[in-house]
Amino acid sequence: MPRRTDIEKILLIGSGPIVIGQACEFDYSGTQACKALKEEGFEVILVNSNPATIMTDPEMADRTYIEPLTPEMVAKVIARERPQALLPTLGGQTGLNLAVALAEQGTLDQYGVELIGAKLPAIKKAEDRELFKEAMQAIGLEVPQSGYAKSLEDAREVVRRVGYPVIIRPSFTLGGTGGSIAYNPEELEEAVRWGLQTSPLGTVLVEESVIGWKEFELEVMRDGKDNVVIICSIENFDPMGIHTGDSITVAPAQTLSDKEYQLMRDAAIAIIREIGVETGGSNIQFAVNPDDGRLVVIEMNPRVSRSSALASKATGFPIAKIAAKLAVGYTLDEIRNDITRETPASFEPTIDYCVVKFPRWAFEKFPEADQTLTTQMKSVGEAMAIGRTFKEALQKAIRSLEQDRWGLTLDKPLADLEELRAKLRVPNAERAFVIAEAYRRGMATQDIYALTRIDPWFLENMREIVAFEPEIADRALGEPRVLRRAKQLGFADTRIARLTGSTEAEVRALRKRHGITATFKTVDTCAAEFVAHTPYLYSTYEEEDEAPPTDRKKVIILGSGPNRIGQGIEFDYCCVHAAFALREQGVEAIMVNCNPETVSTDYDTSDRLYFEPLTKEDVIRILQEEKPDGVIVQFGGQTPLKLAVPLEKWGANILGTSPDSIDIAEDRERFAGLLRRLNIRQPENGIAKSHDEAITIARRIGYPILARPSYVLGGRAMEIVYDEKYLRHYMETAVQASEDRPVLIDRYLEGAIEVDVDALCDGKQVVIGGIMEHIEHAGVHSGDSACCMPPHSLSADVIDEITRQTKLMALELRVKGLMNVQYAVKEGKVYVLEVNPRASRTVPFVSKAIGIPLAKIAAKIMIGKTLKELGFEKEVTPPYRSVKEAVFPFAKFPGVDTLLGPEMNSTGEVMGIDPQFGMAFAKSQTAAGTILPKKGAAFVSVRDRDKADIAPVAKKLVDLGFSILATRGTASFLKEREIPVEVVNKVHEGSPHIVDRLEAKEVAMLINTHEGKKTAIDSYSIRRTALIEGVPYFTTVAAARAATEGIEELSKREMDVTSLQDYRRITLAAKTNAA
Amino acid sequence: MRKTALLALADGRVFRGESLGAVGEATGEVVFNTAMTGYQEIMTDPSYKGQIVVMTYPLIGNYGINDEDVESRRPWVEGFVVKEAAPTPSSWRGRRTLDEYMREQRIVGIQGIDTRALTRHLRDHGAQEGVISTEELDSARLAAKATAAPGLVGRDLVREVTISAPHGWDEAPWDRVRGYREPAAARFKVVAFDSGIKRNILRQLVSVGCALTVVPASTPAAAVLEQKPDGVFLSNGPGDPEGVPYLIEAVRGLLGKVPIFGICLGHQIIALASGGSTYKLKFGHHGANHPVKDLATGKVEITAQNHGFAVDPESVKTHGLVLSHVNLNDGTCEGLRHRELPVFSVQYHPEASPGPHDANYLFNRFVDLMRRAKGG
Repeated sequence: MPRRTDIEKILLIGSGPIVIGQACEFDYSGTQACKALKEEGFEVILVNSNPATIMTDPEMADRTYIEPLTPEMVAKVIARERPQALLPTLGGQTGLNLAVALAEQGTLDQYGVELIGAKLPAIKKAEDRELFKEAMQAIGLEVPQSGYAKSLEDAREVVRRVGYPVIIRPSFTLGGTGGSIAYNPEELEEAVRWGLQTSPLGTVLVEESVIGWKEFELEVMRDGKDNVVIICSIENFDPMGIHTGDSITVAPAQTLSDKEYQLMRDAAIAIIREIGVETGGSNIQFAVNPDDGRLVVIEMNPRVSRSSALASKATGFPIAKIAAKLAVGYTLDEIRNDITRETPASFEPTIDYCVVKFPRWAFEKFPEADQTLTTQMKSVGEAMAIGRTFKEALQKAIRSLEQDRWGLTLDKPLADLEELRAKLRVPNAERAFVIAEAYRRGMATQDIYALTRIDPWFLENMREIVAFEPEIADRALGEPRVLRRAKQLGFADTRIARLTGSTEAEVRALRKRHGITATFKTVDTCAAEFVAHTPYLYSTYEEEDEAPPTDRKKVIILGSGPNRIGQGIEFDYCCVHAAFALREQGVEAIMVNCNPETVSTDYDTSDRLYFEPLTKEDVIRILQEEKPDGVIVQFGGQTPLKLAVPLEKWGANILGTSPDSIDIAEDRERFAGLLRRLNIRQPENGIAKSHDEAITIARRIGYPILARPSYVLGGRAMEIVYDEKYLRHYMETAVQASEDRPVLIDRYLEGAIEVDVDALCDGKQVVIGGIMEHIEHAGVHSGDSACCMPPHSLSADVIDEITRQTKLMALELRVKGLMNVQYAVKEGKVYVLEVNPRASRTVPFVSKAIGIPLAKIAAKIMIGKTLKELGFEKEVTPPYRSVKEAVFPFAKFPGVDTLLGPEMNSTGEVMGIDPQFGMAFAKSQTAAGTILPKKGAAFVSVRDRDKADIAPVAKKLVDLGFSILATRGTASFLKEREIPVEVVNKVHEGSPHIVDRLEAKEVAMLINTHEGKKTAIDSYSIRRTALIEGVPYFTTVAAARAATEGIEELSKREMDVTSLQDYRRITLAAKTNAA
Repeated sequence: MRKTALLALADGRVFRGESLGAVGEATGEVVFNTAMTGYQEIMTDPSYKGQIVVMTYPLIGNYGINDEDVESRRPWVEGFVVKEAAPTPSSWRGRRTLDEYMREQRIVGIQGIDTRALTRHLRDHGAQEGVISTEELDSARLAAKATAAPGLVGRDLVREVTISAPHGWDEAPWDRVRGYREPAAARFKVVAFDSGIKRNILRQLVSVGCALTVVPASTPAAAVLEQKPDGVFLSNGPGDPEGVPYLIEAVRGLLGKVPIFGICLGHQIIALASGGSTYKLKFGHHGANHPVKDLATGKVEITAQNHGFAVDPESVKTHGLVLSHVNLNDGTCEGLRHRELPVFSVQYHPEASPGPHDANYLFNRFVDLMRRAKGG
């Protein structure tokens, strides 16, 4: 069947902000789909609230809507664009749920929109656990015994039937949100309550536990002619009971015989047919009893998933792209395999290497969170590694995580055997490393298996790695044969150096002397049966190197590695733009990255792709192989940046801003010198190398101060300190200041407005990309703060001054490419907080807001173009406001405070655009899942210094028809100003208090500012309850004011939708009018 | 560390690795197989007689060797080449390691070599003779041995794998709970030529209701017809189909007299017996992921394959045979059907084992053919 000709316009829905359980993989799949559909001549309409995505680049779709992903807003897009079809399977669970909602509310019928790929009945059959179970039984497949519960009593009834332990799974949630395991009645009660709250349907599945069974996944594709193929099998290292997103996973399946594998394959094919997914990819999860091979079906995702992205990268088979083509009528045999060019897509990839995916968690950001791994996903990112053996791939994956871990080693020693056994038994982020330690202490595989239920095949492979450590220690330096074997087992040079008491450089030199070098092999979908035309490469210690580099002019782009809080999709976005820019300029773009979720690791993003860890050792090997004209380290965040100096020392040509300029910006003393020279102000500061020094400095500059250790990134352990007593406590508990580990102390500019600037400089000319005014006060990490651009409250003078200072610093640092500056503005004075001469997190947001691809221009500057040549010499000030809002993972971590501070906690971002600031802010809130109320009671409780500022906000709310609830102090202040208010108790004042009112759903929004840690602790229960009840919560006056403006706008008119392409026209028209 | 082993190819390329399985020396045509599972079935497939098999998937032996996944009475591969053989397998069915099994069965193997480089070499330069040795560790001398080794072309390897006397068969396909099942009620009398038949073919035939008499490959047509079978099955087998003229002769005597179904070598024999020709492929098809299109339905099936020779579809056109299935990777002939006679055949392996079950419908097609021939 060829391409359908009865449809022309197709709507795609993205997956929104990056959250735990839904990350860049859907940008990868959405981008592939946009490209595939456009290639076929369809008009593509895209809706996604996440500006940091490649798919929302205006070139990717014909019409791009950065709008909140709610049924109402998408319905408006449909009404305006009138697409004939909606492809619901490429935008994750969010996209799928929206499609279901639009179908059920009648929007699709009303506008004659056809669901393609998967129809509503198929989606429901796959997603509704009861229907799914019936479907499985109809085709003779087993599922764990279970029952549906709408109440605790229902749940108890099911447990009487299936017995403990049971798994509680809420219906229609993503990333296993709200899922848990119960071993006894008490746990059941808690688990069911939490699950019922989380499920949009208020139902949970109570299921027989198959905890400890082996877990497998198959990625299946089906076309309109009912051809079905399996793209990849995945075996989870961790057994059932741990969310697959939190499991180490391995491709292909390792421990299934062909007989068992084929049973699973038959089951998968029968399932996709029975569920009725017409075309496209599905992910099916199975559990296998290790004792008798009994196979049960766990679940099916009738859409492209995180595992599909992994499978695509693991095999070279682009699942999302093919799914998009199948959805518009093609059959698998009509589509070519890009890699071999000669063979069709109607085959099953076979691979000749082993792939290991390792999750990356962010527990250090949420110290109060329960770190046990369960059926609810907690990791924020992942790294994938390819090796010829599991051992090699595992060790490569570990160093790909960039956690300063170079092998199977523990971060801190275990107290005793008791702790070791406990950490083996209870799944946790460290478990793989604890297993290695268990082997070092002589534990036997069967004992480790009994505690972990991890298949002995995996354990034995780990044992082999550990068993070789003494061999390395004794003989690796003396015997080339042993050194070579160590490299084949995946040992990093750094790890070998530590085991042998030498250095990484010495090990590298030794390897060079003996000719022990990594070779490169191709990922080709076919185990070398056919010639591969796409250079998608990985390193391994083999005989033959099959990566003959070209003799073209070429540049290597270093990617940003696994997602983590503080370094996510924004940096991948920049790297992808760098690749596009180089290719546009006829320069060969070579990408190095190890994150399987990303667009950057798509083999057709760059000319050549190295799927490799971003460590010095691995990158140097690629440099040796490719001999590039330059290396770009500016775009991938901290990961490549920290390699800049070592790579330059090794002899690499680092493009763009010089490593010395980067150092000036990062070294506090050199930076202070630069600012003095330029006569630019920064907050008073000092470096404390001891407890007493800290006190002295604080006394000199005055409280409040911002204190942080110099040796950690991302604002960890950073705190605002209001008095000496607390400073002493902080210096004693949080940090140990010393000569090499000083503590940095800055004057904290209370109530200052923070401003972020992204600028481009070619060394001679500077153009400001955007000036963003933060909505939260300085002190909240810039990544966590909402911001508005152009600034909505700064004076023209302040903006001019910020512009002047930015240009001055960029020229002084001879920036070539991007630069980001953070300022604080207090009482009209501008202070520089920090300068980062590299791509920042806000680059995609600014690019979307002004319609100019900053990262692409920056990359072109780095290969020698000037701003003038590139035609970007004048700032763009759009005649509308763009608001960026951060999105947080708090709901995934029971017991964690939602309060914002200097430590970044957000995983993703959304964007709201509108001519009016209030409406843009309201859109951003809606997109982030906070629906601003139009009426009801507003709770107000603020610290003394905010009282004067909050009064007009409260007044405005009353004018808008809200009633005000306030705690005693705030209430009396407001009453004095004749604002009607009802007094409500603080929690410690006793019932009925504010939390009672919240739980009774009598509160529509909360405004609560606090002073330091103490009052923050008092109000913790309010914040947590607000989170669970889904009540909008504002912790700063500025945010409350913005929200009130939003509510006011919403009282006047409805939210409307406008495409980026139309905004661009509006901006250009405004510019023409001005000229 | 283990004993050194060498693999030398006829064109002089040599790989140095470690011994796997038995020590000694083994000669055969070196071919690669791209299936990621099913090594035990592959080793025991008689079609590999005369061949050294390279597994492209690097980790082999992970689930060990069990008592059930055997396709004949013993392994037939001349030698076995892997990247890494699992020293400690894990499976509820596993009984011993790959290495132990190969030692017991006297199979010489090599591990630890760059199997991808070897595969690329065979892809680019063609399948060729090779020698694995743990004894001759001089590269040049071993390569000379490989060069001197006789090729597969024209050789009769079938007589080395076939049986000496007819026998019956009543084992049905494998099931996780029950193992090999009891046969279904037999409705058709089928004579199956054993040219190196895989047991799973017999099991599949039994499961669709065939009462089987398995006969030696050298059985003449008259002896088959004497039994008045409802159908004749022609099995897979090793080597060059032109090396077994007696089988071609027998099939010539059966064409038109009884419904015939052929798989792999059986398919090639039907083509030759009908007056067509076969040719040797550069490196053959050995794996479990080959897409084949059924030209009658337009549907694609993922198939298990193992053959080094193929039928020239042009050569059979004038002899009543039409192309029924085509390989989507390289367009080669994957199936034939006779325009008038109840005869059809496929080049690939609908019995799978190892491999996907997509083509299992062909056994029912054989039954339908016999039913129609019986007028039932």
